[in-house]
Amino acid sequence: MLSIKNLSVHYGGIHALRGISFDVPAGGIITLIGANGAGKSTTLNAIMGLVKTSGGSVTWNGKEMLRMPTKGVVKSGIVLVPEGRRIFPNLSVDENLSLGAYARTNKDEVEADRERVFGLFPRLKERHKQKAGTFSGGEQQMLAVGRALMSKPTVLMMDEPSLGLAPIFVSMIFDIIRQINAAGVTVLLVEQNAKAALEVADTGYVLETGAIIFSGSGKELLNDERVRRAYLGEV
Amino acid sequence: MGMTNIKSVSRNTWLTLCASLAGIILLFVIEENFDRFTMQIFKLCAINVILALSLNLINGFTGLFSLGHAGFMGIGAYTCALLAMTPAQKEANFILQPIVPWLLDVHLPFLPALLASGLVAGLLGWLLGVVAMRLRDDYLAIATLGFSEIIRVVLTNAQPITNGSLGLKGLPRYTTMWWAWGSAIVVTVFLVLLIKSSYGRAFKSIRDNEIASEAMGINVFGMKVLSFAISSFLAGIAGGLLAHYLTTIDPKQFFFLKTFDILLIVVLGGVGSITGSIIAAIAVTASMELLRFLDGPLNFGFMVTSGTPGLRMVFFSALLMIVVIFRQQGLMGTSEFSWDALARIGLLPRRKRSHRSNGKTGKERVE
Repeated sequence: MLSIKNLSVHYGGIHALRGISFDVPAGGIITLIGANGAGKSTTLNAIMGLVKTSGGSVTWNGKEMLRMPTKGVVKSGIVLVPEGRRIFPNLSVDENLSLGAYARTNKDEVEADRERVFGLFPRLKERHKQKAGTFSGGEQQMLAVGRALMSKPTVLMMDEPSLGLAPIFVSMIFDIIRQINAAGVTVLLVEQNAKAALEVADTGYVLETGAIIFSGSGKELLNDERVRRAYLGEV
Repeated sequence: MGMTNIKSVSRNTWLTLCASLAGIILLFVIEENFDRFTMQIFKLCAINVILALSLNLINGFTGLFSLGHAGFMGIGAYTCALLAMTPAQKEANFILQPIVPWLLDVHLPFLPALLASGLVAGLLGWLLGVVAMRLRDDYLAIATLGFSEIIRVVLTNAQPITNGSLGLKGLPRYTTMWWAWGSAIVVTVFLVLLIKSSYGRAFKSIRDNEIASEAMGINVFGMKVLSFAISSFLAGIAGGLLAHYLTTIDPKQFFFLKTFDILLIVVLGGVGSITGSIIAAIAVTASMELLRFLDGPLNFGFMVTSGTPGLRMVFFSALLMIVVIFRQQGLMGTSEFSWDALARIGLLPRRKRSHRSNGKTGKERVE
């Protein structure tokens, strides 16, 4: 279980995360929803050790993760698919995937995982030598997910995977999330597409200006009056 | 995944072996048959290959805009010269102020002196890197440029160590054809292996997207410093070779404009291509000599100009502008030479395409 307690982040004078706490149980899909600037991405980046935290703790199976270098976080199985995909555009699919496995040393296992990723995304296999920058947005998102899977995650954190994608790719990404989760990977999902996210999630947390304002199971939140009004565009 | 084609691997190995052999024979032929002037240019090509490759490592592969190369060359040149000169030669040079005693008696053969010049430059590069790699883009360029100038000023003023602006004269002419090209080949092989390794992939990923590389667990800062230190090391080696090629060095040679000569080569060849840097280094070095006629009187048929020294540099400026406007990726972009690529554009006989799905080995070659 990944356990976040009183996590706090300051950006200069801005208090971006005001001591949030939540648990990500093993094997589940947890989603953080909320408006722009609510602190969703900051939460993920803080867990990865990509931003400096100003308080709180993140423990993974009892082990403290904060102040661990990002490589250590990746090695312990927590991996981020960053917002906006951030694939390496001048590198081939193969190189992108190899970089996903950067923190790993067992070459045979890495190659086996490469085949597994190709099985999940046949498109990537067809074009494995091609430069990633020539791909469409949806294909780049597949690559970003594939790259993250190459580090053999036990917790996969995804930052707005549906951002800027065509509807067909959006439903495909959520299918993939279900598949990955079914294979035993815990998923922590940050989304603006609240409806789609809550539909796949076991538990959802609603963030507003750096604090969790309420939480519930995916279904509950989908039917919650306040969520419907604020995030699902219903009056 | 393309099936590894046994035939094609051995074909490429054979081609590489033949090409290497041809290269060695070519070096022999050139050494035996050409006059000294042509040989000098040929050696300079090799030195510029090393310089271009080292600048490309940091600017092209790691994506850090560094302009400090002239300084690191200077460090290398002085280190190598001071270690390889005999005590008598040193005494003859230091006429204004005697050389510091601990340096007077040091006298090393060329190889250790050359390695030492790389190590000193690399160490300084590492130290500068630890400080400067916190900066990015233009700020990094300014900081490295400034450091290069600091080195030059120190070289000018540290009279008892460097002989100041008088420079060092009468260095042994160690940089033979074999030393120059041998080093260039070693550096090329080293860089090819480095770029193909996981370190090289990490460098390129930093260039492409720093945040993503950080998220993959890459120590971005450490990798930047490492890349900068290796680049400085190679610049130092090139400086050492240059010193014993010119046999005379003084601080003015390592003015920051020297960096831009190398940058020209890197941009023309392709930022992020080893092949491009090598071709451009040879082409630019050779054209600098071939275009010398531009500096003399020119006869256009309808008018004759008197000589304009420096006109050939205008040619390079114009060429650079054309490249930057019309072909920003330079000669090679980020592509590299490979026998397979040569076959693809029809310069080598093609092999029959094997389909990866049915696992055909594609043994038969077509035409």
